[in-house]
Amino acid sequence: MPSTRDIRRRIKSVKNTAQITKAMQMVASAKMRRAQQAALAGRPYANLMNEVLAAATAGAGDFQHPLTERREVRKRALILISTDKGLCGALNTNLLREAAKLPGSTTVHIAAGRKGAQWVARLKRELVAEFSYKDTPQFAEARAISKFAQELFLSGQVDAVDVVFTNFINTLTQKPETRQLLPVGRLGKLEADLSGHGTTEELTPSSEAGHLFEPSAPTVLGNLLPHYVNYQLFQFLQEAKASEHSARMVAMKSATDNAKQLIKDLTLEYNKLRQANITKELLEITSAAMAMGN
Amino acid sequence: MATLKLEIVTPEARIYSEEVEMVTLPGVEGEMGIFPMHIPLMTQIAHGEIIARKGGQDHFLAVGEGFAEITGSRVAILTDMAIRADDIDEAKVEEARRQAEARLAQKLGDEEQALAQAALMHSLTQLTLKRRQKR
Repeated sequence: MPSTRDIRRRIKSVKNTAQITKAMQMVASAKMRRAQQAALAGRPYANLMNEVLAAATAGAGDFQHPLTERREVRKRALILISTDKGLCGALNTNLLREAAKLPGSTTVHIAAGRKGAQWVARLKRELVAEFSYKDTPQFAEARAISKFAQELFLSGQVDAVDVVFTNFINTLTQKPETRQLLPVGRLGKLEADLSGHGTTEELTPSSEAGHLFEPSAPTVLGNLLPHYVNYQLFQFLQEAKASEHSARMVAMKSATDNAKQLIKDLTLEYNKLRQANITKELLEITSAAMAMGN
Repeated sequence: MATLKLEIVTPEARIYSEEVEMVTLPGVEGEMGIFPMHIPLMTQIAHGEIIARKGGQDHFLAVGEGFAEITGSRVAILTDMAIRADDIDEAKVEEARRQAEARLAQKLGDEEQALAQAALMHSLTQLTLKRRQKR
């Protein structure tokens, strides 16, 4: 039977925990809003880039860029976009379950985020590089990762590059997904954002007229394609961040709720015990008085 | 009179979207003046300035590297940086330039080097435009 003091101490510690989780929830929700806005702001750019790229590929004739080359996949690279920190519910667990579907023996991993790197190390899979990215992903960070992946692909060390990330659907739902980054396939609409639609929509060039290229089609396309890949990865990073913050917010909210419920239960128990003690003392006093009176 | 729709977007925002009469672009192979009914053209642009003529008045914008898609009725520009001349804060840009130069002076990795270089080019472009406007 715990004493009243034990219970009081317990209540205090739970209260502290609740305060911390509440604070984390607030921080996560502020960051989530920012991450969502950032993803939304990139939408016009993504759409326009698609239009431009569609027009460019349509007008470029039979020119084939090395980044679009299809080879038999003997070895593939997997870019694992996970979080750096925990306390975000089942986000990483789900993500890594998705990543585990690919055979470990023919896959090399590029980790973005510490959790992914730890997972690769724990499973003794092959890790070729680890990158970090900030709370608000910078384009430069995406470019660094993407450049590395493109080099692997172009040098023939891998025949395909996939990305596993958590797609942001809404605040309550995030879905781990695998997307092919390289070779650049049929041009799908870049998912600009938080809409959660697939990337299968076929693009039609904005104008059927053949474009002139200046300086030349291979040059323009040769510069545009790597940029497209960079940007796509940038978008995945943004999605992943938006997912992380909303998952953390939800996880912290339920932690706060649980702590509050626990405090309520403990307070009830504490009061019961306190009253029982008072009754016991009263009984002792009265029985002592009665004994004296006799 | 026919007009062109000039759209300038960066990854952060849509900077400019208006009907204009003429656009001057800093192409990689020299300046280009685009009038309505231009034949479809796809090109790369370099650091420099875009001049949009609207209602007889010239609007100036500083832009970074990027791509331009031109059709008879539209000029779409994708770039990593774009800012209207009026929005350029000279003191701030000067400060950014100094920082970029300082970073360049240090020994850095390739990626950071490229970043600093890009930042420097951005601020230089903005400064050139701003200073010439003042004169």
